[in-house]
Amino acid sequence: MTYETIVHTVNTAFAEEFEVAPEKLLPEAHIKNDLGLDSLDIVDMIIVLEQAFNFKLQDRSAVANITTLGELYDFISKLQDLHA
Amino acid sequence: MVAGMEAGNCALSPIPDEQKIPGIDCHVAGRVPTPGEVRSIPRELRRTMSPMTIFAYLAAREALAQAGFSPESPLPRTGVSLGSTMGSGQELEALFSSFIPAGNLDSIRTMTFFKIMAHTAASGIAIAFGLSGRVINPVAACAAGLQGIGLAYETIAFGREDRMLCGGTEEYSPLTTATFDKIGAASHADTAEKSSLPFDRRRTGIVCSEGAGILFLEEREQALARNSTILAEIVGFSSLSSPAGVASPDAETCAACMEEALADAGADLQDVAYVNAHATATPAGDAAEGKAIEKLWGVRVPTSSLKGYLGHTLAASGALETSACIAMMRSGRLLPSRNDFQPDPSCGAIQHARPGQTLARGLVVKNSFALGGIYSSLVLAPAS
Repeated sequence: MTYETIVHTVNTAFAEEFEVAPEKLLPEAHIKNDLGLDSLDIVDMIIVLEQAFNFKLQDRSAVANITTLGELYDFISKLQDLHA
Repeated sequence: MVAGMEAGNCALSPIPDEQKIPGIDCHVAGRVPTPGEVRSIPRELRRTMSPMTIFAYLAAREALAQAGFSPESPLPRTGVSLGSTMGSGQELEALFSSFIPAGNLDSIRTMTFFKIMAHTAASGIAIAFGLSGRVINPVAACAAGLQGIGLAYETIAFGREDRMLCGGTEEYSPLTTATFDKIGAASHADTAEKSSLPFDRRRTGIVCSEGAGILFLEEREQALARNSTILAEIVGFSSLSSPAGVASPDAETCAACMEEALADAGADLQDVAYVNAHATATPAGDAAEGKAIEKLWGVRVPTSSLKGYLGHTLAASGALETSACIAMMRSGRLLPSRNDFQPDPSCGAIQHARPGQTLARGLVVKNSFALGGIYSSLVLAPAS
């Protein structure tokens, strides 16, 4: 999966699931402060991404350190590389 | 709603084939079309809302506006008393549809659980409108809406809160229709217009509906102090349990409940101008309630049931029908039982309200009864 596909898939999930306006979906956007997700949304975000990318996070606490959308793209990209 | 009922309209429609449960012989339901205003509810509120909470939210917003408050108005000492049959049946079905085949909860969102909890709508409304008073959630099926109002009235009368958003809400679930069918209490009619026939000799049972009824109750002196338009007053309430059984309509308890509510109001039988019956069009339930009304008033007081217009909105019915009663008290026009009415003598010798009949100034008794032997009656007085 290309990085562009990851960005597209994550952005689509944010737009559809959390109703974030597409113009806000920038790599530097802060997931909580700029995109408006709270702690419950973050849990659901992981579930949505697990389904979209067909993986299962063994340690969901790893996501706790992710603050921006760009960091999330990178995190999923690394996961994909591990599973490649 | 009231304008539709005054025009003689019926809110029921055929159940689409794909929503029918095999073996269940029910063909009609009262569904709410997806309200266009749903998207106007902020996502952070809407994410925990199943249809029952959305209905309640939209009705509460109307009630607050009618009472002269915007959704942002600060409302100190204000609580919620909102009845429901259960939490979201649609979410519960979705949960088990995923959980049972998968054997795990991996794909279940956190929001699913907030929609399934029984008090999902009551707490959802309190949070949505920033209310910090007590939240009460009577879970009493078809009596829950009237209990919602009655408990709100008692909360204010006891001085615990000054204002309460109250009533009941219900979302359609095929399992509810199936339950009534299994116990022989559901209508098998295949035309919507003639499916719900309370007190009628042709009645065969309940038609399930959905919706929400919300009233805004305010302590009288405070309402007067802010020059608000008082639509009516709640002056009495009773809720009793019948030991007769979970599904055994009981005329004695029904009569006792109405008498106790009138005693709570400090009123006599002759003060009553109209009885709005629970009558859901089941053969046994309508007969028991009719006989209870006959015992108290004979043919002296007009009676009708609104289930022919709305179907049975279950937990919402007591509150939706109380709203209709208040509209009747203000217009002076009674809504008769619908559907080319053919009264059944087995429902007692009572006065069935006629088309065009006027409502005299006086008290109105509203009944709601539920499976599980729950009986509730509310007494309304015209604004004084």
